[in-house]
Amino acid sequence: MMDSTLIGTVVTVVFFIIFIGIFIWAWSDRRKQDFDAAANLPFEEEAKPKHSAYPR
Amino acid sequence: MEASTYNYKVVRQFAITTIIWGIVGMLVGVYIASQLIWPQLSFNIPWLTYGRLRPLHTNAVIFAFGGSGLFAASYYIVQRTCQVRLYAQKLASFTFWGWQAVIVAAVITLPMGLTTTKEYAELEWPIDILITLVWVAYAIVFFGTIAKRKTKYIYVSNWFFGAYIITIALLHIVNNLEIPVTLFKSYSIYAGVQDAMVQWWYGHNAVGFFLTTAFLGMMYYFIPKQANRPIFSYRLSIVHFWSLNFIYMWAGPHHLQYTVLPDWVQSLGMVFSLMLLAPSWGGMMNGIMTLSGAWDKLRTDPILKFLVTSLAFYGMSTFEGPMMAIKTVNALSHYTEWTIGHVHSGALGWVAMITIGSMYYLIPRLFGREEMYSVKLITTHFWVATLGVVLYIAAMWIAGVTQGLMWRASNPDGTLTYAFAQVLNAMYPFYFIRLIGGLMFFSGMLIMAYNVWKTVSAGKVVEAEIPQAVYA
Repeated sequence: MMDSTLIGTVVTVVFFIIFIGIFIWAWSDRRKQDFDAAANLPFEEEAKPKHSAYPR
Repeated sequence: MEASTYNYKVVRQFAITTIIWGIVGMLVGVYIASQLIWPQLSFNIPWLTYGRLRPLHTNAVIFAFGGSGLFAASYYIVQRTCQVRLYAQKLASFTFWGWQAVIVAAVITLPMGLTTTKEYAELEWPIDILITLVWVAYAIVFFGTIAKRKTKYIYVSNWFFGAYIITIALLHIVNNLEIPVTLFKSYSIYAGVQDAMVQWWYGHNAVGFFLTTAFLGMMYYFIPKQANRPIFSYRLSIVHFWSLNFIYMWAGPHHLQYTVLPDWVQSLGMVFSLMLLAPSWGGMMNGIMTLSGAWDKLRTDPILKFLVTSLAFYGMSTFEGPMMAIKTVNALSHYTEWTIGHVHSGALGWVAMITIGSMYYLIPRLFGREEMYSVKLITTHFWVATLGVVLYIAAMWIAGVTQGLMWRASNPDGTLTYAFAQVLNAMYPFYFIRLIGGLMFFSGMLIMAYNVWKTVSAGKVVEAEIPQAVYA
């Protein structure tokens, strides 16, 4: 009984920390260029990309 | 030699069956809605009774209509954003024919009364095995395509589709663990409250990962494409994705409030359902804000109207859902027509409309045309469908609250104020309005079928070129 409670608590805390980590990662400035490039993937299909305002 | 074109054949097949099964599934819905007003419409034929046709309706609209739409969209999007042809062509073709076989088996067995009795998982064990095989093939094709991609990044839509494919495999297998006794009869390995818990863990995540996550994958591709501008915030889409994944899995118990499920599990389900409001609305805003600076397009482009209105309904139903999960609200709303209204606000307003908008985008491109045969008819479809949904859900809200209040009303001596038949009698006007709303939505699908027919017959089958000057 004690064991399953402990596992539940640990898992919840670990998941919460992972989620906060993802949040910080997603909002870090270093990711900006990568995300801009990824966001433009749907437009990379024509010969001339329509949205090329981001640095390659 | 590397393939130089995308595989559009399987996308075309699924796009066409999306419309066909949409019409079939919604027709069954209209028919059983009529039976609630005129029960004699079953003509005393067992196959046509409400109890047997209702699961056929839900399976047809969710898995046949929605499922085909998702196969079409995911195969199209994964190829175009990875800039490679689908991995394992033959397996892709197997997913099409296998999925159609599952649907045909459902159309035959459900009216025969063959059912496991698990809601949204009614199909008997041989069909369950076929579903598993098709799904594994789907996973191989989808993740295989991602693995051989020529682009550096995996576009956000593919993350949503990936989560949906993995989760549905897990849900389907765990909930359908059963012991076969004959070819068409099996017993679940779960019993009692565990059975209920597993069933609604499955049931709610079918809503969460099939009807939400997967259609968000559609949203994140087709809204930017149709608006011709990238998604408002890519980082928000990442947080949207992960928070849905972390939270959705725990919301299921809200289907079992005030049952024998342990109290703490009920409260847990309620709290996680309330938390879901944040990512849902974040995602909705992300889609809608993609139009900032291009709002004028909404006035003229009926495809964008469908896509953006679907997001508005997504926002509405993801506000309503958490609210209904609150125990005190649930005490009033559960087992009433309100639930039916809520489901259809999500199913017709969000799922069907995002699918319809996406198909209007896809079909001309798959058949070598600039646009649909008639853009005007898309506008007509949009208004007929929107008014239909509004009539449907407004009628069910009023019916549900009325029903809940009448059921709980009691006299000073503790007896119930209303007999069940009296409550039922109060429902008829609303059932009628609902039928009109449903008929409108259904007739919109017929308009779409005509428009698609004209587009396809004037078009030709095309296989689009994969861009060679690749961006890495």
